[in-house]
Amino acid sequence: MFGYTMTEIGSIVVMQGFAGLSLFSVLLLMALGLAIIFGQMGVINMAHGEFMTVGAYTTVFMSKVAVQYGWVGSYFMFAIITAFILAFFLGYLVEYLMIRHLYKRPLDTLLATWGLSLVMQQIFRSTFGAKEVSADLPEWLLGSFKPTPDIDIPINGVLVMGLSLIVTVSVYLYLYRSRGGLRIRATMQNRIMAGAVGINTKKVDRFTFALGCGIAGVAGAAFTTIASTGPTTGSLYIVDSFMVVVFGGAASLFGTIASAFGIAQAQSILQFFMTSSMGKVSTLMVIVVILMMRPEGLFASKVRK
Amino acid sequence: MSNTDYLLAIEDLTVSFDGFKAVDALSMYIDNNELRVVIGPNGAGKTTVLDLICGKTKSTSGSIKFKNKELTKLAEHEIVRAGVGRKFQTPSIYENLSVYQNLEVSYPVGRSVWGSLTFKRTPELAERVNRIAAEVLLTDQLQMEAALLSHGQKQWLEIGMLLMQDPELLMLDEPVAGMSAKERDQTAELLNRISQNRSVLVIEHDMEFVKKIAHKVTVLHQGKILAEGSMDKIQLDEKVIEVYLGH
Amino acid sequence: MHVISEKLLGGKQGAVNLLILALLLFVIFPLWLDLFRLNLLGKYVTYAYVAVGLVLLWGNGGILSLGQGIFFGLGGYCMAMFLKLEASDPVSTKIQTTPGIPDFMDWNQITEIPFFWEPFKSLPLTLLLILLVPTFLALIIGFAMFKRRVGGVYFSIITQAIALILSILIVGQQGYTGGVNGITDLRTLLGWDIRTDGAKYLLYYINAGLLILCILLSRYILTSKFGMLLLAMRDKEERVRFSGYDVSNFKIFIFCIAAMISAVGGAMFTLQVGFMSPSFVGIVPSIEMVIFAAVGGRMSLIGAVYGTLLVNFGKTMFSETYPELWLFLMGGLFIAVVMFFPDGLAGVYDKYATRFNLAGRIAKVIQKISKKALKTVGEEA
Repeated sequence: MFGYTMTEIGSIVVMQGFAGLSLFSVLLLMALGLAIIFGQMGVINMAHGEFMTVGAYTTVFMSKVAVQYGWVGSYFMFAIITAFILAFFLGYLVEYLMIRHLYKRPLDTLLATWGLSLVMQQIFRSTFGAKEVSADLPEWLLGSFKPTPDIDIPINGVLVMGLSLIVTVSVYLYLYRSRGGLRIRATMQNRIMAGAVGINTKKVDRFTFALGCGIAGVAGAAFTTIASTGPTTGSLYIVDSFMVVVFGGAASLFGTIASAFGIAQAQSILQFFMTSSMGKVSTLMVIVVILMMRPEGLFASKVRK
Repeated sequence: MSNTDYLLAIEDLTVSFDGFKAVDALSMYIDNNELRVVIGPNGAGKTTVLDLICGKTKSTSGSIKFKNKELTKLAEHEIVRAGVGRKFQTPSIYENLSVYQNLEVSYPVGRSVWGSLTFKRTPELAERVNRIAAEVLLTDQLQMEAALLSHGQKQWLEIGMLLMQDPELLMLDEPVAGMSAKERDQTAELLNRISQNRSVLVIEHDMEFVKKIAHKVTVLHQGKILAEGSMDKIQLDEKVIEVYLGH
Repeated sequence: MHVISEKLLGGKQGAVNLLILALLLFVIFPLWLDLFRLNLLGKYVTYAYVAVGLVLLWGNGGILSLGQGIFFGLGGYCMAMFLKLEASDPVSTKIQTTPGIPDFMDWNQITEIPFFWEPFKSLPLTLLLILLVPTFLALIIGFAMFKRRVGGVYFSIITQAIALILSILIVGQQGYTGGVNGITDLRTLLGWDIRTDGAKYLLYYINAGLLILCILLSRYILTSKFGMLLLAMRDKEERVRFSGYDVSNFKIFIFCIAAMISAVGGAMFTLQVGFMSPSFVGIVPSIEMVIFAAVGGRMSLIGAVYGTLLVNFGKTMFSETYPELWLFLMGGLFIAVVMFFPDGLAGVYDKYATRFNLAGRIAKVIQKISKKALKTVGEEA
């Protein structure tokens, strides 16, 4: 098959699988934020990728500072937290200034946030330059381990995956096991009733939007460990992230995880056997065709409308 | 299922949502020119029955025959074209169009893509719009944007839009909700007038209103028929009293 | 006669607005602008087709497609394939390894013309395919999605994904499509050199003329019962369905019409500008075309044309002098128009035009001028 032996194919699949896991982690974090915003408010945030870029630049910037002061080994945790906080507050501001005026017009929100993404991209370009920059990664992140001579698993990939799993679990716990999460879900299901029982739904919206953006910031921090950051980095991931959300069924957390995994793995494994563009095309094509047959996504349950 | 003389024959109709049976083995028959009112406590499945008849919800099992034609397999627009009209609970009109245009859109000519492109406004159309506007008391508002109508007038407009289609079965979901006492009386007169030459199926909570219009009342409870008969008979039925007052 | 004029022109106001646009496109711009600028304007005019299609689809139908670049591109590529084959005759390509095939195929070690290029050897077939290929794709997409009642933002996202797929595919399949550079170096149409000054003028006039025709067609659709149904569907889709209409058919139809109009624009782009490339197919151009329509006014066919011309004029001006500023402006434009002027320029115009009875005054001026002109012509004769 393709001129490889079976053991080689096995190793390729494992390695591409791990490469896919890094992509999976970034997509999952991106999609998680999008899914919260879209599922909660029906808002399509086209600037979501730029919030990821904010997180990525934050991490890069902190790594430069860390190099100056010799903290390279330990800055990364702080970078993740800072990325989250920055993206969170930016999201909070954007909701206040823009999104809340457009809740009744979902298509217009889409266009306005696209405009926002253009502005943000240009701000990145004017501030950090058009060239891609990378974070100086701590020594311990750069290595890899080799269970067999053919297989080579980078440590940064494993770290990113661990990170995204922690974030996912935290989001799950927050949404389904806490008072705050209860308020969000109550607002999601019946806004008027939630308002009537004393939930400040406007505040919940603002917080939810900011939370989604914050998670995108974490995605950006994770992203720096696998690639370099440029002004348009986020926009490269936005369509894929949307596909993950829609494909998984917007309201299902499990669906989001499963579809992020499926899409990332399919792309990464196909890209090895075809050209990189054809791998992407085939994956997207399959998703679009499946979505045309099952518009509610793969994991949405049948509900009474 | 055998053919019947009834205009609408619902037999053994069931629909379940994830195991919950909203309508459970329901059978109900409506005569020509009958005005039937369906009452029942919240969650009895009244609106679901209308949804099933007009095709908004697909049944799990059972049959709905309209003039001996099976409706459960038809698409929504085909059911409308067969002669079934339906008014929604909250007035569903085109707010951006004028009252005249709202009525015109509902005129059952030029319903295909090509038909609508080549549709010509005829004197018959104008005559029909004016006649029906008068029927639903909106003659003075014909050129007004529909968004500016009062809540009660919106309800009438939607009834008028259905009359434009001249359906043989007209289904109304809470037509007097949000209306003043005077408007309720006018609506009762309107319904009595329009049921002269068609069958009407009404869902309503307001018992005073029901008394004014109903020929026959069906009481639904938990997706099943609890009682059926004249209003006087229903009011004395112990099961009905239990359901409405017992809890 | 009266009915037809009413339907095509949209009454007195509509007729005057259309006349002004035609006057600008056919008389004022050609007299005022040099050929280079006029050709640039011709390029913008081809984008205006897409904006007109979006007024039908998005403004009136409430269906936001973020993939109109697909249809613009397909129309453009169909035209480009014909022109490229004509430019690749064995004599002018004799230095290639395989003469008689397009140069980029030769560079990619392809030795014969692929089967899907074959129909583009004939001009009539090409013209037919310019209209049919994009419309057929729209039919498939529309059928799959609208029959299953996919709408709103889902439709937008999926059309965007399709635009992405198509642009990656075109870039990836260099040997068949010319890759990222697109199909370039187009020269003649049935032996007629399209690069001369005369040809450019003629093509500009054909381009503007076809645009006016597309506006008339669109206006006919909007003033018919179909147009009223579009508005009704945008407002209360359920109600339309329960009034006995098969809503999906109407949506599919308007999506196909918008696609076809965009495709004509794409084909004219290829002729006017002399090449076609994937940079007019993908996500960014597709969504930019939405903003053209939004700036002009999403409900106004003629407004959309002005919106397209203005935004592109601004883009050219700023990206020549302050390229950085342009992205800020473009982004700000998206936000500002959507948030503060949802009806665009046409909305602002209507507000003031009705206040000052602008159309009436302009109509009077035009009447006076034409009377005078007739008089002088009569006197001279």
